Amino acid sequence: MKRVAIVGSGQTHHTGSRLDVNGPELINEAVIRALEDTGLKRKDIDGVLIGNMDHFEGVNGVELWSIDGNGGLMKPTIKMTTGGTTGSTLAIGGYHLVASGHFDRLLVIGWEKNSESDTTGAITTAFDPIWDRMVFAGAISGLAIDAMNYCHKFGVTPKDAARVVVRDRMNALKNPFAHVRKEITIEEVLRSPLIADPLRLWDMCPRTDGACAVIYASEDVAEKIAPKPTWILAAANRHPYSYVGDVECYPITSLYHASREAYAKAGIKEPLKEIDVMELYTPYSYANLSWIEALGLAKPGEGPKLVWDGATEMDGELPINPSGGVICTNPIGATGLIRAAECAGQISGKAGDHQVPGVKTALSTGFGGCFWSDILIYGEKKP
Amino acid sequence: MVKKNLNLLTLTNGESFQPFRYALGSAGARFFQELKDNNRFMGLRCAKCEKVYIPPRNVCGPCFEPLKDWVQVGPEGSIYSFTVLRFAFIDPETGEKKPVPYGYGFIRLDGASTNLQHFLELPKNGDLKIGMRVRPVFAKNAQGNMRDIVHFSVDGA
Ligand SMILES: [Zn+2]
Repeated sequence: MKRVAIVGSGQTHHTGSRLDVNGPELINEAVIRALEDTGLKRKDIDGVLIGNMDHFEGVNGVELWSIDGNGGLMKPTIKMTTGGTTGSTLAIGGYHLVASGHFDRLLVIGWEKNSESDTTGAITTAFDPIWDRMVFAGAISGLAIDAMNYCHKFGVTPKDAARVVVRDRMNALKNPFAHVRKEITIEEVLRSPLIADPLRLWDMCPRTDGACAVIYASEDVAEKIAPKPTWILAAANRHPYSYVGDVECYPITSLYHASREAYAKAGIKEPLKEIDVMELYTPYSYANLSWIEALGLAKPGEGPKLVWDGATEMDGELPINPSGGVICTNPIGATGLIRAAECAGQISGKAGDHQVPGVKTALSTGFGGCFWSDILIYGEKKP
Repeated sequence: MVKKNLNLLTLTNGESFQPFRYALGSAGARFFQELKDNNRFMGLRCAKCEKVYIPPRNVCGPCFEPLKDWVQVGPEGSIYSFTVLRFAFIDPETGEKKPVPYGYGFIRLDGASTNLQHFLELPKNGDLKIGMRVRPVFAKNAQGNMRDIVHFSVDGA
């Protein structure tokens, strides 16, 4: 098995609606930027791995129809799609493909044009038609149920949740690629309309059009391409259930188990101390509290304390979501891969204004509406 | 760069209708037959881990063993967790907007080990709470699907 590194990436300027480009053109913007970031040309790429959640565009087969824009013309081109976790599945799949030794320079692309359909309509098609869809209550109902359960268990408040929105919004101000770049106060979050108790409008991620491309390289070529490659130390994932009602809300079992496997693989015993930055796929505010408990950063019910103490701020012990996270940018099929690109940006020192100083180890997650979880851990040192 | 006077256009394609015909499987068929004919909830129990599954299915995921033991559960249960929907959206299954507000919850039917998700009627007095007892309200013309239950209600449970 080859050791694998991320050697560069490119993102579009994420926004609510990109009427000036179609799918392949949007994808192409991210691909051009990733190639520029590495100095590679299309001819240097051995293959393309691409994905989105095609329910959102209602057009299947992006690996075929985006071929002009994605750079894969007359090359091996593979699609992976796993709903909300598509982006992080791409990040893990790229790692596996290059580790296999069959690809030395792999272009990995995640993208979505969420503006092209009705979000709830699209997400509903991911659920079981007999048991779940007939009594479905919209895209965020399951997330609201999770948040309600968490609050009930530990007395967590809407103010606690609003606090992480303030953090992520503040961070996004320094990320030129983020979608929502506007400061917000706790009071403004608490005054925004309730959409599904306890979730308010500003507790939620936006709908975003955007693409992200990441170039993976094997140990044979990585150091020739990038002065400071980001090495993949571990990857893990878990899928916990078949039907919506099967899920156990707390702790999120998929993330709990996937993270323990990844920590073991990377030799991490105390994640809060040993990891320098995290980019989490947390599409609603409360997830930034309860899921950091599942990740072992805080004891059950003590996620809010970690956040209020400032530990997850840019200058804290473990900055979380320096990019502004998913609360500020969510082009679904790209979202998990953006987390990987951001972690690599942090380790290689290319994160710009939202750079955390001295990052040696980073962690990213992916989340799907069926409470699936993906995890990757990255390091500056070759494993 | 996009030319300043260019109108950016979209193509709307929202009228398509593609019918599907999904098999319920033997467990699903039995469940809905019992629900329709007898207003009874039937689950399947794993002989190995004793978990009682609602919706019923032919295999226990953790044990990977076939499930054969039918047991009656409910019809009453309690609220595992819930939300109140306050924004209306177009339901892609019906093309209609369900009027808001309405409740939606995970219901642990008595005797079941998993939750059934369904709509919750908002109580006449007070608010929904986790742990509240609920009973199903059945539809007048049962069709053999999940909407044979209108919703679960805390009133009278
Ligand atoms: Zn079992």
